[in-house]
Amino acid sequence: MNEFVTATATIANAAPLVEVKGVSQSYDNGQFVVLDDVALTLRASEIVGLLGRSGSGKSTLLRSIAGLIRPTSGSITFEGKPVSGTPDGIAMVFQSFALFPWLTVLQNVELGLEARGIEPAERRKRALEAIDLIGLDGFESAYPKELSGGMRQRVGLARALVVHPKVLLMDEPFSALDVLTAETLRTDLLDLWSEGRMPIESILMVTHNIEEAVLMCDRVLIFSSNPGRVAAEIRIDLPQPRDRLDPAFRALVEDIYERMTARKPVAEPAHEVVEPGIDIVLPRVSTNLLSGLIETVAAEPYRGKADLPPLAASLQLEVDDLFPIAESLQMLHFAELAEGDIQLTEAGMRFAEDEIDDRKRLFAEQLVAHVPLAAHIRRMLDGRANHEAPARRFREELEEHMSEENAEYTLRAITSWARYAELFAYDEKTDMFTLENPS
Amino acid sequence: MIFLPHNRQSLSDAATLSRGRIMPNIYDILALSIMAAVFVLLAHAAIAMRGSIELLSTAPVTLDPANLPEYAMRTTLRMFAAIIASLIFTFAVATLAAKSRRAEMVIIPALDILQSVPVLGFLTFTVTFFLGLFPGSQLGAECASIFAIFTAQAWNMTFSFYQSLRTVPRDLDEVSRGFGLTAWQRFWRLEAPFAAPGLIWNTMMSMSGGWFFVVASEAITVGDTTVELPGLGSWLALAISKQDFVAVGWAVLAMAILILLYDQLLFRPIVAWADKFRAEQTASQQKPRSWVYDLLRRTRMLKLAGVPLAGGWDRLMLVGAGGPRKAQRPQESRPANRIADRLWLAFIVLLAAAGAAVTVAYIRRTLGWSDVAEVFGGGVATLVRVAVLVALASLIWVPIGVWIGLRPAVAQKVQPLAQFLAAFPANVLFPFVVIAIVITGANPNIWLSPLMILGTQWYILFNVIAGASAFPSDLKEAAAVFKLSSWSWWTKVMLPGIFPYYVTGALTATGGSWNASIVAEVASWGNTHLEAYGLGAYIAKATEAGDFPRVVLGIAVMSLFVTLFNRALWRPLYVFAERRLRLD
Repeated sequence: MNEFVTATATIANAAPLVEVKGVSQSYDNGQFVVLDDVALTLRASEIVGLLGRSGSGKSTLLRSIAGLIRPTSGSITFEGKPVSGTPDGIAMVFQSFALFPWLTVLQNVELGLEARGIEPAERRKRALEAIDLIGLDGFESAYPKELSGGMRQRVGLARALVVHPKVLLMDEPFSALDVLTAETLRTDLLDLWSEGRMPIESILMVTHNIEEAVLMCDRVLIFSSNPGRVAAEIRIDLPQPRDRLDPAFRALVEDIYERMTARKPVAEPAHEVVEPGIDIVLPRVSTNLLSGLIETVAAEPYRGKADLPPLAASLQLEVDDLFPIAESLQMLHFAELAEGDIQLTEAGMRFAEDEIDDRKRLFAEQLVAHVPLAAHIRRMLDGRANHEAPARRFREELEEHMSEENAEYTLRAITSWARYAELFAYDEKTDMFTLENPS
Repeated sequence: MIFLPHNRQSLSDAATLSRGRIMPNIYDILALSIMAAVFVLLAHAAIAMRGSIELLSTAPVTLDPANLPEYAMRTTLRMFAAIIASLIFTFAVATLAAKSRRAEMVIIPALDILQSVPVLGFLTFTVTFFLGLFPGSQLGAECASIFAIFTAQAWNMTFSFYQSLRTVPRDLDEVSRGFGLTAWQRFWRLEAPFAAPGLIWNTMMSMSGGWFFVVASEAITVGDTTVELPGLGSWLALAISKQDFVAVGWAVLAMAILILLYDQLLFRPIVAWADKFRAEQTASQQKPRSWVYDLLRRTRMLKLAGVPLAGGWDRLMLVGAGGPRKAQRPQESRPANRIADRLWLAFIVLLAAAGAAVTVAYIRRTLGWSDVAEVFGGGVATLVRVAVLVALASLIWVPIGVWIGLRPAVAQKVQPLAQFLAAFPANVLFPFVVIAIVITGANPNIWLSPLMILGTQWYILFNVIAGASAFPSDLKEAAAVFKLSSWSWWTKVMLPGIFPYYVTGALTATGGSWNASIVAEVASWGNTHLEAYGLGAYIAKATEAGDFPRVVLGIAVMSLFVTLFNRALWRPLYVFAERRLRLD
């Protein structure tokens, strides 16, 4: 098990383990594209991170490599052979741990071996080895519900390692854990990796956490979203173990933030849009979060302009939490995002100083001015004699431009913002938008 | 079977034990003697079941208390044969519906209708059919009785299992596919355990309902054919025709003991064992307990004996494992082929239309529109009875259930009792009510009605108790802090809180009452026959007369009433409860 001595120097010449070429994934006959022409090469002795926001198709790519999903087009090879079915040499660790609640730790770990038809005695021996390696001794007969999150994810790791895969896929393995536990697990995993004690040759991990990516990976692929594409590739040559406070480390984090806040070139609408701008999927961000971020950035020490990495760190938010809030502010023209910074606009600063009623008025103004869907619904309601319109009508209109799920999501998002702004109301019983607020 | 323990913990325990003493301990002796007794009784009854049909007339059922244990045994055996058949049906049909979209298009609507068909109506046809299938043997009559119980049990179990199969957690599905589990391994490691809590609960409900039908289906008269299978149901029928009050008392006692034993020896252990299949990731506060399960876990010899079994089970899991992987499935695992689907649907519709046409033609040969009008009239009468009774039972049991549910100490004692009462076949108690009506000369149209809900009202009670017990204490405290008036406490706090539970209970009670109407609207005591006007009485009389067209018409109309009642009332309430009143 210890023949995998670190060979970082030879990464470049090693034969590719996994090769992804021109992979696209779309639904409903190409109407909704999740992944668009993605290429990726995974070689032995490297940890590669896939970084991006939700909706960028990272998890879809990971599942395609695992053979759980067949991509719409493109090719995926593992050790030179096209992936068909779930390859023996690839194992996966899940964000939700995905443990079987009715099996003990030992039984969970043995599961993959059982699938391969390995005899019970041999199975037990190998499972105990993996449990030992991952630091789970003493927990063999426990059921998952008796374990803490960190221990559960260790079981997930042991279960993946016990089948001796060449490639370990990890889908946001630490994002369901608290900060301290996640850090412990990362360090333990990196120690095992650098000591070559794990029977794996390469790790491919999806993450939302920029610092985690810089801490663990040899290479990071940054994905842009809608549709998911590889926007940039960053090589991280810092020696392990890495120090988060090292200026070189900070510079890399800053660099990635900058790339992720870079303005996208405005995409041409894929098909004709009757009502311009309503085809945007709105993020579902609570108005409390929006005003919270505005207030934080407006106050000391930022005074209207904040660097995102320290802001994220002080708020304990990951990319996936922070970006939707920041982007919503940008959409409402309360703030500008550029070069890894967030800067409040004049409206944003005014919002921070206003009282609740003025805030609502300002929010309503920005909503009508900058979110076409809100303006569209409001105009419709104003135009009708009874000031009512069925929500179904707008849902159907949205479904022409996005999936059913996203349409529902977008409608809920706009409802919650409009309720806050008192722009219009929604009655759940009758599924109607109205101008009347309950008196 | 689903109840096979694949608890590998026992292996390591056995390993430690083998180093210690081998001698059986006291728990072994207890457990072994109980098991041996069960096996001996089973074997005896199974042999008796295959006896010649003449035996039924040469050695008829007698009202000798010495025979009672034997009769109870035979009744129990029918019950278990039916539940095993239901489980096999569940595994086969639900799995088929979950895996094949075309099969699903037929099976699910069919199950929905079958759930509404009055079970006792089936007897008319099945007795004739099964007696023809096994001429000269009791087995035919046994099969008819078992089939009647089966039709009362299978549908909700199948539904539950199907729903579980369709909602297997996505991440566990991905792990199973990622490791390339064989279909066999996937079933036992993922699907069956995931479905176990729902299936076991539904099996329990089915068993409870089943006792009612086993009693009703043992003494059957269809036209000229009369069959009296040895069992508690036949004992009761005989006691009624002989006006033997004491014998009815014996039957009640035997039934009570039987249900107590089945509850303690079988279901509590299974529920205690199945606790580990609940998918929640948090340790639960209240674990179900069973002294039998604890006893089995403390045995030494039995555990050792279980080792080879567990080993064999492990080996069985490896069948076909390790072979080449199947090709991966595309994202949409059940691809839609529109044209083939349409054709298939058209085929089903044609088949159904043909079936309906044949039925209508059959009925029209002997019956006219006046009969249809009569049946609908009876249907409305029974509908009014069911609706009024469920409303009355709700008025009584909802406040009591809430009172009990809010007091954990009381609830702990009452809840098993309510479940016990729900399992107790109410038809055993019918004679007492009939005697009272005969003596007082009360109007049977009104006073026979309560029999319909006698056995099913408990579903309302124990569901309401469960709802009130689960009511979050922070909401209770908030209500107390704001000093709500008792009116708003009921309408704003408690009733919405228990509503989803209440709907489940009332739905079960309604379904059960429709079924019970066939036995409840016609009752006798010796030569005195009481009859209430209704659809249940109509079907019962037609069955006794062997008048097949009338039976078919009656059953069809009753199914229609139940289905419409479910669609128009219960389903919308269910949807409302799910959407607005869920507390999680």
